[in-house]
Amino acid sequence: MPPRTRTDALTPDGPAAGSGGASVALEDLRRHLPGLEPERRLTDWGRSERVERLVDRTVADFLYHLWFRCEVEGIENVPSAGGALLVSNHAGALPPDAPMIAKALREEHPRARSLNVAVEPVFKAYPGLSMLLPKVGCVAAHPANLQRLLHDEEALVLTFPEGRKGPRKLYKDRYRLRRFGHGEFVASALRADVPIVPVCVVGAEEAAPIFARLDLLKRLTGSLRLPVVPNFPHLGPLAVAGYLPAKFRIRFLEPVQVDAAPGDRGAVQTATEEVRARVQETLFEMVGARDSVWLG
Amino acid sequence: MGSKRVLVTGLSSYWGGRLAEALEASEEIETIIGVDSQDPTRELERTEFVRVGTQHSLLRRIVEAAEIDTVVDTRLIVDSVVASAGRTHENNVIGTMNILAACGGPDSSVRRLVFKSSAHYYGSSQDDPAFFTEDMERPHPPRTPLEKDIVEAEAAVVDFAEKNPEVSVSMLRFANVLGPDLLTSHRALFELPAVPIILGFDPRYQFVHEDDVVAALAHVLHADLPGVFNVAADGVLALTEVIDLLGKRFAPVLPPWGTGLAAAALRRLGVELSPEMLEQLRFGRGLDNRRLKATGFVYRCTTREAVIALGEHMRLAPIMRGAAEPYRYEREVEEFLRRSPHVRTHPRRRERANGDATVLAPAALAEEPDTSPAGAAAPVAGYDDLEAEEIAPLLDSLEPEGLTALRGHERSRRARPEVLRAIDKALARGGGG
Repeated sequence: MPPRTRTDALTPDGPAAGSGGASVALEDLRRHLPGLEPERRLTDWGRSERVERLVDRTVADFLYHLWFRCEVEGIENVPSAGGALLVSNHAGALPPDAPMIAKALREEHPRARSLNVAVEPVFKAYPGLSMLLPKVGCVAAHPANLQRLLHDEEALVLTFPEGRKGPRKLYKDRYRLRRFGHGEFVASALRADVPIVPVCVVGAEEAAPIFARLDLLKRLTGSLRLPVVPNFPHLGPLAVAGYLPAKFRIRFLEPVQVDAAPGDRGAVQTATEEVRARVQETLFEMVGARDSVWLG
Repeated sequence: MGSKRVLVTGLSSYWGGRLAEALEASEEIETIIGVDSQDPTRELERTEFVRVGTQHSLLRRIVEAAEIDTVVDTRLIVDSVVASAGRTHENNVIGTMNILAACGGPDSSVRRLVFKSSAHYYGSSQDDPAFFTEDMERPHPPRTPLEKDIVEAEAAVVDFAEKNPEVSVSMLRFANVLGPDLLTSHRALFELPAVPIILGFDPRYQFVHEDDVVAALAHVLHADLPGVFNVAADGVLALTEVIDLLGKRFAPVLPPWGTGLAAAALRRLGVELSPEMLEQLRFGRGLDNRRLKATGFVYRCTTREAVIALGEHMRLAPIMRGAAEPYRYEREVEEFLRRSPHVRTHPRRRERANGDATVLAPAALAEEPDTSPAGAAAPVAGYDDLEAEEIAPLLDSLEPEGLTALRGHERSRRARPEVLRAIDKALARGGGG
């Protein structure tokens, strides 16, 4: 395989196009995004309004209003126009936090903005998931995807910088954030020139707690570890979807504008830590203020 | 500097033929020379065909003798069903290297190279971005022989560009092509009574219409655009959406695990699923086509429109089968048509003129019937009332232009086959007098 820069030999400007020239070129390319075809039922990302509405009216509606009784604060911190990167804590077996944040934006935001959720690309290898997740607004967390959504299409994207480490942590470690990756999300926001909106979710940890993980399945399949959740094993594989009715509180914090070049690793790392610290502090504050896990 | 003297490699492939046809229509191109090891498959008017493989010494002689300034390489095999792995490698890698060797060097007259590549360069895997841009590499090294060959061929072209900075090199990566004239393995898949898909997967697909492929090659050639360009129509469709638009049903018969085994079983039944296609059926692929659009290229079809066009054609195909006789290359005939002093009108030029007349006739008739040379409204007084037998004797008195106009008139009105045949006969005699 030829190294990354080889095709540059074909362009007259040579390898220089990689740094400053690229952003200028992208600015021009925004005008050339494909137009909408009203007859289509899916977007170019594979998102289906029909499936989304169906899930929204049934499962999401029930969970949001009745089961988790979501309470939302600071929705005004989500910009009404333009792209923004939402960054949230992540927890629980089959985490319910992403659909609840998306629902909160649809219900409470004056513009009822729709949300794209960046998920690990591994989902594309699983039959069923690979079909369903794009239909309800999930995209693979690839830097190029974030750039196109945030910058070119000016959309909202939710990302969980803890990644797989978030849902993997056990109940005893609840509300203690894992490492925020290598700060890829800050670099993405910088490249796309959009604000970062930190989001704190309280309740997801208790809704789908994981008490332990069994290594048996991992030994068999190489990747999955069997979570021990409250209604396991008597509900079988369905147990991960049986959420406990914990009270959800979602708080959108003030947007963070980072001033640095995307390539400046030091600044990116500092900003990453800053965002993480703000989310962590707010989480502790919210958990400290709550009287009951179930009633809030 | 515009291209004037063009060499098209792979003239007998569908793309070579279509491109030569498109180039013939453009005035500023003086010379078109096509090379291939097989007979051309399309009727061409002024393209010179030379039967030669990819031996670089022979090609070099042609390039030098004809002072070729532009080489368009359309030979690449992008469907591993159409040829064996060995032949594909020979054609895609060795052939490309030979052609590059024939174009390069300090004393070469070649100033432009257009290389037709494929989006298989990017592959199809779970770690792909939703839209590949031209600067991206595939996330994993290629696994199938065809993809390896394409990556290797592109590397050779990049190498050539580095060593010959005075040559402007364009590389076009095409998405899967759809179109009525073109038989691809995807087309074969869509023609099955039920389209087999992998259970639990609904991959994203992006196509490009065959006419847009030819237009993109010609656009890059005329506009002199060095660099890499993705060529794919607007819009990325889910496979189920594609099948729906074609009016077909899908059958999730391929299991998510052990897909290769199931594909081997299907191969026994005559359904060819190439390894690249299996990957695409699982993960799909999307391309960012904005770089080419930014150069002023306008796609005639979106992916959706290309799919709909194919669907219409597929419904019509059983009725239209055998209507048009396929073109056969006869060396003597082609030589005669190009060189003989007795040839006045080339059959293809005449056909084109007639075609235009058919299209233009109604407008011309409505607006200014008197100005057209042979009086297009009724080339012969009271013509529309005449019976077929009465027309035949009158034809000999007309000049070729008159006959052409008459033919257009007849086609736009009653289109009686016996009359059209008689006119054609008269035209073949060189027209009347």
